[in-house]
Amino acid sequence: MNKFHTFTGLVAPLDRANVDTDAIIPKQFLKSIKRSGFGQNLFDEWRYLDHGERGMDSSKRVLNSEFVLNQARYSGVEILLARANFGCGSSREHAPWSLQDFGFRVIIAPSFADIFFNNCFKIGLLPIILDSGTVDYLFDEVKSIDGYRLTVDLHNQLITTAKNEVFNFAVDAFRKHCLLNGLDEIGLTLQHAEKIRQFEQKRRNEQPWLFA
Amino acid sequence: MMQTLYDKLWSQHVVHAESDDPNSMTLIYIDRHLVHEVTSPQAFESLRLAGRKPWRLNSILAVADHNVPTTDRSHGIHDPVSRLQVDTLDQNCDELGITEFKMNDMRQGIVHVIGPEQGATLPGMTVVCGDSHTSTHGAFGCLAFGIGTSEVEHVLATQCLLMKKSKTMQISVEGELGRGITAKDIALAIIGEIGTAGGTGYAIEFTGSAIRALSMEGRMTLCNMAIEAGARAGMVAVDDTTINYIKGRPFAPQDELWDKAVAYWRTLHSDADAVFDRTVKLDAVQIKPQVTWGTSPEMVTTIDGSVPDPSHIADEVKRHDMEQALNYMGLRPNTPIQQIMLDKIFIGSCTNSRIEDLRAAAQIVNGKHIAANIKQALVVPGSGLVKKQAEQEGLDQVFLAAGFEWREPGCSMCLAMNDDRLTAGERCASTSNRNFEGRQGPGGRTHLVSPAMAAAAAIAGHFVDVREIQQQS
Ligand code: SF4
Repeated sequence: MNKFHTFTGLVAPLDRANVDTDAIIPKQFLKSIKRSGFGQNLFDEWRYLDHGERGMDSSKRVLNSEFVLNQARYSGVEILLARANFGCGSSREHAPWSLQDFGFRVIIAPSFADIFFNNCFKIGLLPIILDSGTVDYLFDEVKSIDGYRLTVDLHNQLITTAKNEVFNFAVDAFRKHCLLNGLDEIGLTLQHAEKIRQFEQKRRNEQPWLFA
Repeated sequence: MMQTLYDKLWSQHVVHAESDDPNSMTLIYIDRHLVHEVTSPQAFESLRLAGRKPWRLNSILAVADHNVPTTDRSHGIHDPVSRLQVDTLDQNCDELGITEFKMNDMRQGIVHVIGPEQGATLPGMTVVCGDSHTSTHGAFGCLAFGIGTSEVEHVLATQCLLMKKSKTMQISVEGELGRGITAKDIALAIIGEIGTAGGTGYAIEFTGSAIRALSMEGRMTLCNMAIEAGARAGMVAVDDTTINYIKGRPFAPQDELWDKAVAYWRTLHSDADAVFDRTVKLDAVQIKPQVTWGTSPEMVTTIDGSVPDPSHIADEVKRHDMEQALNYMGLRPNTPIQQIMLDKIFIGSCTNSRIEDLRAAAQIVNGKHIAANIKQALVVPGSGLVKKQAEQEGLDQVFLAAGFEWREPGCSMCLAMNDDRLTAGERCASTSNRNFEGRQGPGGRTHLVSPAMAAAAAIAGHFVDVREIQQQS
């Protein structure tokens, strides 16, 4: 996983609540056995007017010019501004993979679905929860100001606007540590291998039927 | 201190906590890891690239379900992309020595059906799978939840997961359900009440006399839908119903171990005075047959209701969502639910494809025929063993005579990764769990209902009140 550095990025607004993982990456693209290449099919059913299948050349497909991410002003976007309960539905990690592959590094919303929220951290994509009043305000700003950018500083847990407005956000200390240092969670867990073995042995003695 | 069921399950599995703060990340031991073909290939590949091996092979049970065809399989999978995914699972399991039910094995089926059916899901366990409907297994008084692919790899490599403790929610349903009302209706009524994000951050325990009266199949349907209420885990305390269901299943303990296990399982309930972070109460008597009208499970009403009217909604974001949903669903505000005409019927999925579901549907269609406007009506049993049992009871003949198709087990039209799908604009009464845009095929329109309601709709060609049908017969 790459280290998460402070950056200033372009913001795009996705003005819908309950955006589910089927919408983020439709199931026909889940048949891949790889982790990469999902970005071209991010929000496929909203982004293109024709129906997408795996293996299609996306440069030849018909774009829906009304969809926010197709508008020229959002080209090179790195921050997604979203509504409540973003990422609900299936546990597919393909959803964060496709957002990241498209170029997103941060998603801001008033709330996220649990599994999606969790999956994002595993790959170095940062989901940030801001209160809905602030999110409403940011929606207004990003829609009215061309080239709207935010600076995300994970170390100090701050989002700063070009006007120097500052918003704090919360993040779990352990997850923050992993993101800032680009740490592999499996490696960290295996530092406790001896503890896991002891726990397992005790469990095996007490509830042997679990180990049949 | 008095503990909830969730507290007990959690504390039994803590390997290591980063600090005493209950909100800190905690290393939790995983007893059972279920694996399927869609969310595992990348995990196996990363594991291999890192030079790691699975920590405990006998904790893993694998099956291909999402991509498998539900028609004749004797010649393998036609779609090369689906085949590659299923072959990759087979190879990974063969290479590593993981127990897998292959596609033509009688025990193959939807992962959330076969775990309990085999006794691989047991009370007191932590059960994970790279699939959000893993919440299903909580019906057995275990802690079961869906994980992403990185976590699949994490469990493979370490037998543990790093996670934070959830808050607890009690959903209590007291009283007796009306005739024709099922666990599916309870689940949808709950989601209608608390919303699809109502359970976010919580582990839900379903309690109350109406829940205790449910069979294990019903409890699984209910816990299956916990994720649609936003909760990663749903659970029901252990009682005689649980224990009787498990007894004699292939992976279940036997003899002295059985007695020992049962003694422990009997402790798996919330203590009488345990305190939940939130409690929601429903009156079972008030629950009517439910039908969703929109593109989220919380967009639900009762069979005697109508499609809602966005112009009555003050909140702008909500109104906008509702308009978008009605537009997608091709529905006009204020249309009575019973006037919604259907094109297809799907009885199946990890929510409602168990024997009891098939019996309930068969009872309704027995001796009748699907309406002329129904282009296709599918019954897809949850597993090969459910299929066999149904055939022994003659249910397949009942369905076939009524004009249904009788298929091989798998996820099928629940998410349309195989050939079973809706085409654009088609409207389906479905016993599955998600009515998201495009879920059952691009442009397809899904209404979630119970198996009995889907069966009744097949016969009528539109939604009808199953309580009235049952009164006639
Ligand atoms: S039946 Fe549907 S919800 Fe259940 S595991 Fe399969 S695809 Fe997922």
